[in-house]
Amino acid sequence: MRNSLFILVLLVAPLAAWASGEGPKLEHSDIDLTDQASLQRGAKYFMNYCQGCHSLQYMRYNRMAKDIGITNAQLMENLLFGDAKAGDLMTNALRPEDGEKWFGTAIPDLTLATRWREPDWVYTYLKSFYVDDSRPYGVNNLVFPDVGMPHALAELQGVQEAVYEHGEGEGAAAEHISELELVSPGTLTPEEYDNMVRDITNFLTYVGEPIKLERRRIGVYVLLFLGLMFYLTYNLKKEYWKDVH
Amino acid sequence: MSAEHAQPSGLLGWIDKRFPVVDVWREHLAEYYAPKNLNFWSFFGSLAITVLLLQIITGIWLAMNYKPSATEAFASVEYIMRDVNWGWLIRYLHSTGASAFFIVIYLHMFRGLLWGSYRKPRELLWIIGVVIYLAMMATAFFGYLLPWGQMSYWGAQVIVNLFAAVPDIGPDLSVWVRGDYVISDATLNRFFAFHFLIPFLLVALVFVHIVALHRVGSNNPDGIEIKENKDEQGIPRDGIPFHPYYTVKDLMGVVVFLAIFSLVVFFAPDFGGLFLEGPNFQPADPLKTPAHIAPVWYFTPFYAMLRAVPPIADSQFPGVVVMFGAIAILFFLPWLDRSPVKSMRYKGPISKFFLGAFIVSFVVLAYLGLQPSSDLYTMLARVFTVVYFAFFILMPIYSKLDKTKPVPERVTS
Repeated sequence: MRNSLFILVLLVAPLAAWASGEGPKLEHSDIDLTDQASLQRGAKYFMNYCQGCHSLQYMRYNRMAKDIGITNAQLMENLLFGDAKAGDLMTNALRPEDGEKWFGTAIPDLTLATRWREPDWVYTYLKSFYVDDSRPYGVNNLVFPDVGMPHALAELQGVQEAVYEHGEGEGAAAEHISELELVSPGTLTPEEYDNMVRDITNFLTYVGEPIKLERRRIGVYVLLFLGLMFYLTYNLKKEYWKDVH
Repeated sequence: MSAEHAQPSGLLGWIDKRFPVVDVWREHLAEYYAPKNLNFWSFFGSLAITVLLLQIITGIWLAMNYKPSATEAFASVEYIMRDVNWGWLIRYLHSTGASAFFIVIYLHMFRGLLWGSYRKPRELLWIIGVVIYLAMMATAFFGYLLPWGQMSYWGAQVIVNLFAAVPDIGPDLSVWVRGDYVISDATLNRFFAFHFLIPFLLVALVFVHIVALHRVGSNNPDGIEIKENKDEQGIPRDGIPFHPYYTVKDLMGVVVFLAIFSLVVFFAPDFGGLFLEGPNFQPADPLKTPAHIAPVWYFTPFYAMLRAVPPIADSQFPGVVVMFGAIAILFFLPWLDRSPVKSMRYKGPISKFFLGAFIVSFVVLAYLGLQPSSDLYTMLARVFTVVYFAFFILMPIYSKLDKTKPVPERVTS
């Protein structure tokens, strides 16, 4: 029995080990879903800097408020804009056609951004804008080349320029970006900016799967229950099988 | 023996006069004699039934809130995940259950290979099993379109396009399957209808599978027919009543399975992007083809074979034939094995080597099917496609040539 379980693990393990590993290196976001202060700050930043263009169309305001520990009064006062009601989905007033006209592509809804990308991707993305005059809004992004959007947080982060490095081979093809350099500081220090981006990433990770913490908590009880069930069924089996030789 | 049983009275007696409830109970549970030496590998039959029921129940509850419409499907899944009470749990049980079903069935089929459970007199039992596997694959394929994410959409696009590779009638056939020139609302509607229907056919097939099993009796790790050695009362000497011995043992197996299953459902429902793929969290966009399209892991061995076969005269049809051939060949297995013994326990090193090579090729092909193709990977996929088929095609030769060990009279523990 023990050997067989081992075989089962061997059969399943290669599947679990599978992971995608392409594209530029992502920075570790180090987010913490239990840090409600961070989630609240993230919600505030998102509503102020992102929500004008990006909706969270599958998330409801009051569910978010309840989960990240803000009262309905605080919600009404600080996070509800226009005629939005507490039970509404977090959409915005932007029409999809306008987004396409202005940015060349439909503006993505970000409810599930951290599920089709990893949280680390979002964190790194928000830190990886650099000056590129060939782009319509004058910026490009390391982890999302030729992205359509401007750097919405440029005022806070400041301006970054790419530092090129000459790799193997010849000509322009061998040139690649080795790092980004802050050439003119923004209103936040790099450390403050990292924290802000971390809060936004944390918030978006929560929004991606609001039930995450709760499901883990419930999961522990489910496993405890099944552990007890195993004890009972194992002994029941043993008792019945005593007389089989 | 059954003549000794008294006639039941009361309500049970009333029913039994009209429906053979006591006979069914005896014949299929209390007096169905299963070999006493069944081991770990025999858990997967009852686990498959467990997962099938789980899928049907969670599926019905999902259908209560899911909307099979191109404009609403994706949002309705998120509505289930967020606004329906316990909707997230029902959905994760169902999505994890799909993968678990295939893991359980693959292990169940492996058991069949290991013990020679497809050999006489169980040929028909095996064939019904392969039909069940096909119905399962169809259900999974139809179901995968329903969340209407990018991978749902483009995966279905790729697979339905395979029909277009059929000579002459191909293009018309693929339009007929889709109900449109691309995957669309019409396709989603019919796929939902089939996804809802086929599981009930599966239940019927499973019933037939069990009827066939109980006619021929359960195989065991030794591959010995316990019915050939009965005592004076006609009871196999190596048999024990299925109930209570195997009902309590399988109950324990179900609990262990549920514990492993719950680990995934509650702690890693995406399973690293294997059970729920990242790109499927983006709504389907017919205008944006993802950079890399791969089916879900349980289809990837066959997908790898499809890609491994080079097109002939600009047609992908040979690849399609190989892919379906890889499944169709399972039907012939009972007549390919010419070994004088059933179980791998008493077969020789050549048979063991081929079985090992077959398992390795299946796992490697599954991995390759998930990866973008490259020259190296294509070459590897070709090699392992050949190995996969060699296991079957060469079996009549190597199973006959191979040395065997003497099979004992009675089962060993």
